[in-house]
Amino acid sequence: MIVAGVDIGSLTAKAVIMEDDTILAAHVMRVRPDPEESARDVMDQALSKAGIANDRIAYCIGTGYGRNHIPFAQAVESEIACHARGAHWHHKGIRTVVDIGGQDAKAIRLDETGTIQRYAYNDKCASGTGRFLEIMGAALGLDLETMGELSLASRSPATLSNQCVVFAETEIVSLVNDGRELSDIVSGLHKAMAHRVASLAKGIQMEPDVAFTGGVAKNPGMFKALEDALGVSIVRLDADPQINGALGAAILARQAASQAG
Amino acid sequence: MIVAGCDVGSLTAKAVVLNGGKILGQAVIRAKDRPEESAQAVFRLALDHAGIREVDLAGCVGTGYGRNRIPFVSAAVSEITCHARGAQWLIPGVRTVIDVGGQDCKAIRIGADGKVANFITNDKCAAGTGRFLEVMAGILSVDLAELGLLSERASTALTLSSTCTVWAQAEVIQLLNADIPVTDIGAAVNEAMANRVSILARAVGVEREVCMTGGVAKNVGVVKALERLLGTGVKRLRQDPQIVGALGAAVIAREKCAGS
Repeated sequence: MIVAGVDIGSLTAKAVIMEDDTILAAHVMRVRPDPEESARDVMDQALSKAGIANDRIAYCIGTGYGRNHIPFAQAVESEIACHARGAHWHHKGIRTVVDIGGQDAKAIRLDETGTIQRYAYNDKCASGTGRFLEIMGAALGLDLETMGELSLASRSPATLSNQCVVFAETEIVSLVNDGRELSDIVSGLHKAMAHRVASLAKGIQMEPDVAFTGGVAKNPGMFKALEDALGVSIVRLDADPQINGALGAAILARQAASQAG
Repeated sequence: MIVAGCDVGSLTAKAVVLNGGKILGQAVIRAKDRPEESAQAVFRLALDHAGIREVDLAGCVGTGYGRNRIPFVSAAVSEITCHARGAQWLIPGVRTVIDVGGQDCKAIRIGADGKVANFITNDKCAAGTGRFLEVMAGILSVDLAELGLLSERASTALTLSSTCTVWAQAEVIQLLNADIPVTDIGAAVNEAMANRVSILARAVGVEREVCMTGGVAKNVGVVKALERLLGTGVKRLRQDPQIVGALGAAVIAREKCAGS
């Protein structure tokens, strides 16, 4: 049976196509102004990668910020449910999922069956979301990939005294003016952001093993900073961490389809 | 006895020269790179404005973020104490002082004995500080003085759903793109600002008389919205609300000199 999961986020749209327990294809793209268009586009791209027609999809579940605007989805699920399911599929030992999206961050605790026990969510404050790094990158004239690499090269990370994105932006400008090494500033930013997200995870009594999902998890500097802030090593997923929500949606689609018979 | 107070904040520096019950001179400048420089520059301006020389001063007290780096003061006193004292000098019997500066917000409750009974500060989050208004004024392409005047010209009431300055910024851009009038958006910005400040004020406990100090007190849109949210009038000051911290520092300088 072939199923699909589509995750329309604030910045990117993701689609995953699965056949039984295997990922056939996945696609990630920047969202378009119209969520319906994003959903159609990302699905078409995933279908063409998988080399199948859309009538082969037995069931599709939508998730993410734009989940109610996916015309071809039979059902919707929360991002929390999908991220939990996706991480559990990778590794049954995952007890905590930390997801950092473009405009939010979540920490989810699971039991051994993958059932959600607790979760915490921040979408009220831009600090500790992907937006933090995006704004800092723009202020420093660096793209996100370069920032991740630079961060790892730092020998003495700067300590930021501000968590607020607006105040931190001013602070890094003065660090640059003070002649601090760019790598130390960028590493300090990653540390500050990791600290913020770690407090979300600690708030739900995080337990290992920990998975890190969402687009920000592709940043090796952030991966390392979060490991340091949580004091644990984070499990590396086999698939792109950014598709985890869509993957979870596809797994839930398979369950829904088999229950429907 | 002639005394002075100097308040070096994150964005502006202020100085006041006081003689008995009369303000002889005052100055407000944009802060320079180093607090020492800001202090010297604003101090000179205030002395010139008063038409006196530094040797004529019996004493000077410093306050604000850079208060420990002002070379010419005899003592440094917290902003909380100075704002309370400055407000009391202007409005005897004032019980609640709400100070909104460029990068922070403080709510101060003064007891019946005239002493600071309680206070709360927000300097962690840009929402509810002058910085929020500065960012929004930039997007709306109006200056800060104009932003305050937009509220009374608004026709439709809007509410911003985000508190965070970053998210509210995105929201304001969306509203502009949707051709919503700048007056309506400006009013919503002032309302959001007042809302955030009112939460801090309520947490400290609002008692009459209430006054507002700091640069944001010059924004009439915020002041009127705050009056509505708190359900009480906010007393207007007969002096520039931005100099209240420096004024309080001068008042304390006089007390110190009289005491010694």
